Amino acid sequence: MESIEKIRAAHKVLAEFHYSPPKIERGYANQTLYVNLSGKVIASKPVDEKMKRTFTGGRGFGLWLLWNAVNGNTRWDDPENEVILSSGPLGGTTSYPGAGKSIAVSLSPLTGTVIDSNVGGHFGPLLKFSGWDAIEVQGQADQEVIVFVDGNKGLVQIIAAPEEATDSYELAEQIVELFAEQPEEKAAISSVSSGPAAEHALMGCLNVSFYDPRRRFVRLKQAGRGGIGTVLRHKKVKALVVKYAGVKADSNAPADWKELAQVGSKMHREIHDQDPIMNNMRSYGTTMLVSIMNDFDLLPVNNFRFGSHPEAKGLYKSEFRKYTTLGIPDGCWYGCTLACARCVERLQPRTGPYKGQWVHVDGPEYETIAGVGSNCGIFDAHAVLEINFYCDMYGIDTISFGTATAFAMECYEAGILNKERTGGLDLHFGNAEAVLELLHQMARGEGFGTVVGKGVRRMKKLFVEKYGADPQFLQDIGMECKGLEYSEYVSKESVAQQGGYGLANKGPQHDEAWLIFMDAVTKQIPTFEDKAEALHYFPMFRTWFGLNGLCKLPWNDVEPADNKKRYPPRIAARVPEHVENYVRLFRAITGREDVKEPEDLIRMSEAVYNFQRIFNLKMGFGTREHDAVPYRSMGPVTVEEYESRAERYDQQLRELVGIDPAGKSTAEKMAALRAYRQQRYESLIDAVYKRRGWTSEGIPTLETVKRLGIDYPDVVALLQKHHQ
Amino acid sequence: MKVLVFKPELCNGCRICEETCAQTWFKETNAEKSAIRICESPEEPGHYCAVVCNQCGECMDVCPTLALRRDKHGIVRLSKTLCVGCLSCVGFCPSEAMFVHADYTAPFKCVTCGKCVEACPTGALEVQDMPPVALTETEKRMKVVA
Repeated sequence: MESIEKIRAAHKVLAEFHYSPPKIERGYANQTLYVNLSGKVIASKPVDEKMKRTFTGGRGFGLWLLWNAVNGNTRWDDPENEVILSSGPLGGTTSYPGAGKSIAVSLSPLTGTVIDSNVGGHFGPLLKFSGWDAIEVQGQADQEVIVFVDGNKGLVQIIAAPEEATDSYELAEQIVELFAEQPEEKAAISSVSSGPAAEHALMGCLNVSFYDPRRRFVRLKQAGRGGIGTVLRHKKVKALVVKYAGVKADSNAPADWKELAQVGSKMHREIHDQDPIMNNMRSYGTTMLVSIMNDFDLLPVNNFRFGSHPEAKGLYKSEFRKYTTLGIPDGCWYGCTLACARCVERLQPRTGPYKGQWVHVDGPEYETIAGVGSNCGIFDAHAVLEINFYCDMYGIDTISFGTATAFAMECYEAGILNKERTGGLDLHFGNAEAVLELLHQMARGEGFGTVVGKGVRRMKKLFVEKYGADPQFLQDIGMECKGLEYSEYVSKESVAQQGGYGLANKGPQHDEAWLIFMDAVTKQIPTFEDKAEALHYFPMFRTWFGLNGLCKLPWNDVEPADNKKRYPPRIAARVPEHVENYVRLFRAITGREDVKEPEDLIRMSEAVYNFQRIFNLKMGFGTREHDAVPYRSMGPVTVEEYESRAERYDQQLRELVGIDPAGKSTAEKMAALRAYRQQRYESLIDAVYKRRGWTSEGIPTLETVKRLGIDYPDVVALLQKHHQ
Repeated sequence: MKVLVFKPELCNGCRICEETCAQTWFKETNAEKSAIRICESPEEPGHYCAVVCNQCGECMDVCPTLALRRDKHGIVRLSKTLCVGCLSCVGFCPSEAMFVHADYTAPFKCVTCGKCVEACPTGALEVQDMPPVALTETEKRMKVVA
C-alpha cells in the first residue's frame, strides 16, 4: 500500500464544509448539496414541499436544479453547466427489488440540451443517507480534484487529487483504499468517475461503483448516455466519493415499515417463483434478449441495416454464461433479487494496455452486445467483452460508441471513408481489432478514434464538408436523433417505436417506451390514437422510475403468474399488480395518502416530463423539427436492405399502400414505401402531441403547464414567446 | 449439524412451541414472532405440519451483505449488524422459514436452540445431529478467499 500512501500524501484539502447529517424523513433528506469547483464553494440548499410535490426526486430534482443553474445560451463546457446525481424518495429502500438507482443530469456534449441517464451502484442511496437528496457540481476546478462526502462525520471536502489513476478500475480500487479506514468500511463507499477517453470524446460515461463483499473488489455500473462523463472530466473531477456506514432497513425512514415489508417480501417471493420460468434474469441478465431480438428481426446488424444474422448465436446468452463466475445472482443494490448483474472475473484482453493480463468486467448488457457486437458485424463474445471492458475502463458509453462506430463502418464500406482517411484502420464490419483500436485511440486522444468520439451528428457534418459525402445519404443512415446515438433495437416495422425513439426527451433511448411487440407483433395498438395513448402512458410510467430511484426491470421483466390470465393483453402489458405494488411502495415510504391509484403516478411523471420538454425548448430545441428521425429507423435506405426483405415490403405495398409492386424497379418500390412510412410517422407525431397536450409544433400549451403545476414565471414567459 | 426435526404423527396442534419460541427470543407469546409455525392441513383436519428452518443454507447465497453465516455447529445465523433488512432471504427461503415481523427490521429464523423441544408436551420436536450439507457457493468462495 505504499502507492496509496503516496497518493494520500499528495492530497490537499481545498475547501471543507461541516454539517449535521439530518434525520431522513420518509424518503427525503430535505436538502441538496451544492459544490462549485471554480469558487471552491460548498453549500446546502433546502428542499421544500413544493419541490417534492412537483419534481418528486431523482431526475425531477436534477432537472429543476439544472434549470435554475443554466440559461438558454449555456453550453456543456461552460462552468455554469452542472453534473447532478440524485436517487429519489424510494431510492435506498433495501426491501423492494431494484430500488438503488441514481439519475445523472447535465447539459449533454452530444445533444447540447439536457440529458438524463440512470445507473446502479451505491452512490445515490449512500448520498441520501449522508443527508443529501442530490449533489450538484458546478464550475470547473483548476486542478484534478475529488469531492468527498463523509455522511457519518458530516463532512464535505474538495480535495486536490493529482496522483490518482484515471483508469476507472484502478481509480475505484484506489478510492476504497484511500477512504475506508477499516476493511469493513469498503462497502460503505461509492464513487462516480469517468475515464481517460472521456477527455477526448463527447460520449464519456459515468462509472458508479459498489464494493462486492464476496469477490472483494469494486464493481462498476454505468450512466452511459449523453456524455456526462465528458462533462465530469472537463470539470477536472477525478471522482465524487460518498462514504456512509450503517445502511439498515429503515435508513430511508419509511412511513409504514409493515406495509413495505409485506409488499417487498411478496415481490421477492414472486421473483423466486416466476423468474426461472420467465426471463431467468437471475441467471442471464439482459443477455437473454439477444436471441429474442434476432428471432424477431429486431437485433441491429451492420448499422441497423438488418435485424438478424446467421452468426448471431455467437452472442447468445450461453456464450456469455461461459465467462460469468460464482453462480450467485447478484444485484447492484441491496435487496435486488431480480439480480441481473453478472461479473466476468477473468478476462484476458488481446489488445491495449491490459493485453495478456487478467481483468474483470461487469455484464455485458444486451445494449452493449448489440451495439458493439452485431451492429458492428462482430459476433464474437470475447471481442464484445473486451470492448465492454475498455469502454468502461476508458469511460465511454457502449451504446453511443457502438452506434457511432457502426456508422463509420458503413461509411467505410460505402467508400466515403478509406484507409487514408481513417489513419490506416480497416473499418469493414466485423473487424473487432479495428474497433478496439478506435477505443485505444480515443483514450490516447489521437487518430480516427477521436473523430468517432464526436458522435454521429458531428461525423455526418465532417464527412460532408471534408469528403463531399452525400448529405441525404448520411442523414438517412446516421442513427442519431437530437444528436444522441440510437440505442439498440431495429424500429423499422413499428411506427410506435419510431415515435418512442424520436419523441424521447433526451434523444433515442428506449427507456421511455418499448412498444415493438405490442405494435408490430401482437398488434394491440392498431390506430394512431391507440399508439398515441401508448406513447403517453408508457413514457410517463417509465419516467416515474427515474423520479424515485427505481429500476424498471422488476416492473415488467417478471410478472405475476396470473397476469396474462387476469387481464386482456393491452392491460396485461402494464402489469397491473406491479403498478399497484408501486402505489403501495410509494405510500409506505413517503406516507403520501393522496397517492391512491396508478393514475396518480402518471400525474407525477407528467409534470417532470413536460418540464424536460420545455427545458429542451429553453436550450433552443424541443420543437417538431427536432423529433425528426433518420429514415434508417423507419425503413430500408438501400437496395440491399429492401431486397433482403423484399417479400415483406412488397406485401406491405400491396396491402397497405395500395400499389402493385409487380414490374416496378426496387428504386420505385423503395420510394413508394418511404413516402408511406414517412407520412405515417408524421400522423403519429400529430396524434401524440395532441394526446400529450402539446401544439402541432410539439410545445406544451399554457393550459397543460398550468394543469401540471409547472407554470413558473420563466416557463410561462418561454412558452408565450414560442406560442406568439 | 444440529437440525430441529418435526414429527407430524406426534403433533396435537397445541402450538406451545410457537409461544415458547416467541417468549425465548422476543419475550412475548405472540406466535407471529415465532421461528417455528404450526399449520393444520386443510384437507386433513387434525393433521399438522411445521414450517421451520432445516439449516440448508440457501439463504446465505441470496444475502447481499454476508449477514447469514453458518456457525461451527452448522447453524445458519443472522448478524443483525450486517443485515440491511432487504428481506431477500424471506422471499427466497425454500421452506419459507425465514420470518419478518413489523416490530423488527431484521428477519429471524430457527437457530436450533431446543427450547421448543423441551416445551413440546407430545415429543413431536427433536434436535437431531445431521450430516453436514454441501457447501453453498458463498461458503466455497469465502474458503477460497480466506
